[in-house]
Amino acid sequence: QRAFSTAAGGKPVVTLIPGDGIGIDVTSAVREVFAAAEVPIEWEVHTITQKNCIDKATGGFNPAAVESIKRNKVALKGPMFTPYGEGHYSLDVLLNKTLKTFAHVVPIHNIPGVRARYKDINITIVRENTEGEYSGLEHEILPGVVESLKVITKNASTAVAEAAFLYATQHNKKKVTAVHKANIMKKTDGLFLACCRETAKKFPNMPFEEIIVDNCAMQLVKDPYRFSVLLTPNLYGSILTSILSGITGGPGLTAGANFGSESTAVFEQGARHVGQDIAGKNVANPSGMIFAACWMLRHIKLDSHASLIENAIWKTFSDGEVLTFDIGGWASTTQFTHEVIKNLGQAPKPKN
Amino acid sequence: KLADAAFPPKLTKVTLFPGDGIGPEISRSVKEVFKAAEVPIIWEEFNVGTNTAKEGSLISKEAIDSVITNKVGLKGPLATPIGAGHVSLNLTLRKVLNLYANVRPCVSIQGVTTAYDNVNLTVIRENTEGEYSGLEHEVVPGVVESLKIITRPACERVARYAFDYCHKNGRKKLTAVHKSNIMKKSDGLFIARCRAMSTEYPDIVYEEATLDNVCQKLAQMPWLFDVLVMPNLYGDIISDLGSGLIGGLGLTPSGNIGFESALFESVHGTAPDIAGKDKANPTALLMSGVMMLKHMGMMKHAALIETSILRTLKEGKVLTGDLGGTATCTAYTQELIDNLYPEK
Ligand SMILES: Nc1ncnc2c1ncn2[C@@H]1O[C@H](COP(=O)(O)OP(=O)(O)OP(=O)(O)O)[C@@H](O)[C@H]1O
Ligand SMILES: Nc1ncnc2c1ncn2[C@@H]1O[C@H](COP(=O)(O)OP(=O)(O)OP(=O)(O)O)[C@@H](O)[C@H]1O
Ligand SMILES: [Mg+2]
Ligand SMILES: [Mg+2]
Repeated sequence: QRAFSTAAGGKPVVTLIPGDGIGIDVTSAVREVFAAAEVPIEWEVHTITQKNCIDKATGGFNPAAVESIKRNKVALKGPMFTPYGEGHYSLDVLLNKTLKTFAHVVPIHNIPGVRARYKDINITIVRENTEGEYSGLEHEILPGVVESLKVITKNASTAVAEAAFLYATQHNKKKVTAVHKANIMKKTDGLFLACCRETAKKFPNMPFEEIIVDNCAMQLVKDPYRFSVLLTPNLYGSILTSILSGITGGPGLTAGANFGSESTAVFEQGARHVGQDIAGKNVANPSGMIFAACWMLRHIKLDSHASLIENAIWKTFSDGEVLTFDIGGWASTTQFTHEVIKNLGQAPKPKN
Repeated sequence: KLADAAFPPKLTKVTLFPGDGIGPEISRSVKEVFKAAEVPIIWEEFNVGTNTAKEGSLISKEAIDSVITNKVGLKGPLATPIGAGHVSLNLTLRKVLNLYANVRPCVSIQGVTTAYDNVNLTVIRENTEGEYSGLEHEVVPGVVESLKIITRPACERVARYAFDYCHKNGRKKLTAVHKSNIMKKSDGLFIARCRAMSTEYPDIVYEEATLDNVCQKLAQMPWLFDVLVMPNLYGDIISDLGSGLIGGLGLTPSGNIGFESALFESVHGTAPDIAGKDKANPTALLMSGVMMLKHMGMMKHAALIETSILRTLKEGKVLTGDLGGTATCTAYTQELIDNLYPEK
């Protein structure tokens, strides 16, 4: 099956959903860089926002956007804003459910030139993306007593476990670690863990281990080097991704992707922050989003364009002159973007 | 002196559950240090947990009654089987004794090098409900559900405790941690109660932050936080994260506070990988003992033991394996005892 569709001119078509908040700033940066690098794709731009959801409570998306992604099979999206409080369903969760993109993959590594708590980190989180604590099933049983359901299914757990083992195998990772709290949540996390163990048997050459989530959080700030691929249910994945982005320099740097059973792939920032405090101010760090876009290019076999752009970003970081505020610089989103464009065709100086 | 013999000081009874795994070793260390420091308490010791009791009676009624009568206890870790088997005994104790708030201070220790300096956080965790309700079932084959329960009274008492804690301990800021963008009703209720209570404590800065944000900032700039209050599971994870920031589970104490009684324990588990090998670091349980003494108003003894611990760690001559040393638990304990009165 083809991983992407092409337009009449033979160019791959990619759905672009700018999202909310800094999504607008960082996806514009991607478009500028792609245009300068003459990336041969065509964007199909759609918006999904709380406003154009057909039914705010249950979701029901802008159907054109979903159809576009399903048709093109490849999308790039910015973060989407979900208001706090009742009556609003998380658009990210909803989109992943609709597209059945059950695995959220976030590779986290240091970027030379960016100050970080730990160096030489290279850990990928593969996180279940559609259920768990994010089921959205909640009700008030009596006044002042609220229940929220965490749902774990064998199908989704097995699917995400397979995605993790496949990723680990294809990327020559040294092991897969399943993260759980099955001593307390014996049935739900117990089922997740059982599915991970089953799947591990199908990959006898890939070492497998298990760790309790609180211990894992502790180890990540104490000795992160012991981990390679972390396989997690939904909520723990969000927690561990945040910790890892914290020790490597912040949320603006990481890329993420959502993969599903129908060979759909949606690329986005690794940390799904809307960043309302800085939205529209032209200060967000677009590099996580640009890295995600490069990953997307590799996915549709435009590797040389991906390398061209990635090298330009590495160069910008290693020069260390034009950086955004979140990593100690002064540059605006636009200035950083223009520096990347200026550096197209160059690579960072090798360290000696 | 005759007078002393005729009127021996009144000794307070304190319950002790040594626990499983490394529990017995680190409890022995605590008893020895407390004895050397002449702490005026008598331990009322009960063996609870898997390595002692028979199936179905993992914890006896006498053991629980002892905590209820004495009002204070110290406990080592208790093992909980993964995936099946009995409900966590830690949970049972917290529920039966209604220990509604779990307090976990994480403070950087001189001499213990980590990637982070100047950490000084206290995590206050709701201790009785949330994800730890233990209500789970299989809906259809291959689909299981677990219930997270949040109730208004439980939110209110832990929020009250957190604000009072800030007030009593001169702490400036309280951060309520939640995920109410996803769990709108349950975490929404938690955050609503914290916010409502904040109006009664105008001198304490109150803020709310999402779980992801807190995790990322804790790993990057932990000094942004002071005291944090949160539902059960988040508290479990974030307090372990906090202990990672200061050098690991071997160091972090905690207290489980109820209206009637309080039970102090180390944050770590049974550490089966090193149990019985005289390798465990007893500091976490000792510091829990120090917290207990402060709770009982025995400030002088608390300070004496705490100073000895901090001195020993700062000198760094005798350290256990988790801190990069080679000392046994026994040798480290002896060093602590020697450091109680170093001038002697
Ligand atoms: N690309 C970026 N560049 C710079 N800073 C960023 C970037 N992404 C996120 N941040 C910062 O990280 C922090 C967290 O972002 P955000 O406010 O979206 O988190 P949040 O509380 O999780 O929001 P939400 O409620 O939407 O989930 C913010 O202070 C934001 O400024
Ligand atoms: N007091 C201690 N001294 C030294 N190392 C410790 C101590 N407590 C925990 N550790 C180490 O920290 C790691 C986690 O141990 P812990 O027992 O807390 O984990 P766990 O898997 O959560 O166990 P449990 O199921 O009993 O809660 C282990 O490698 C253990 O050896
Ligand atoms: Mg967010
Ligand atoms: Mg724990």
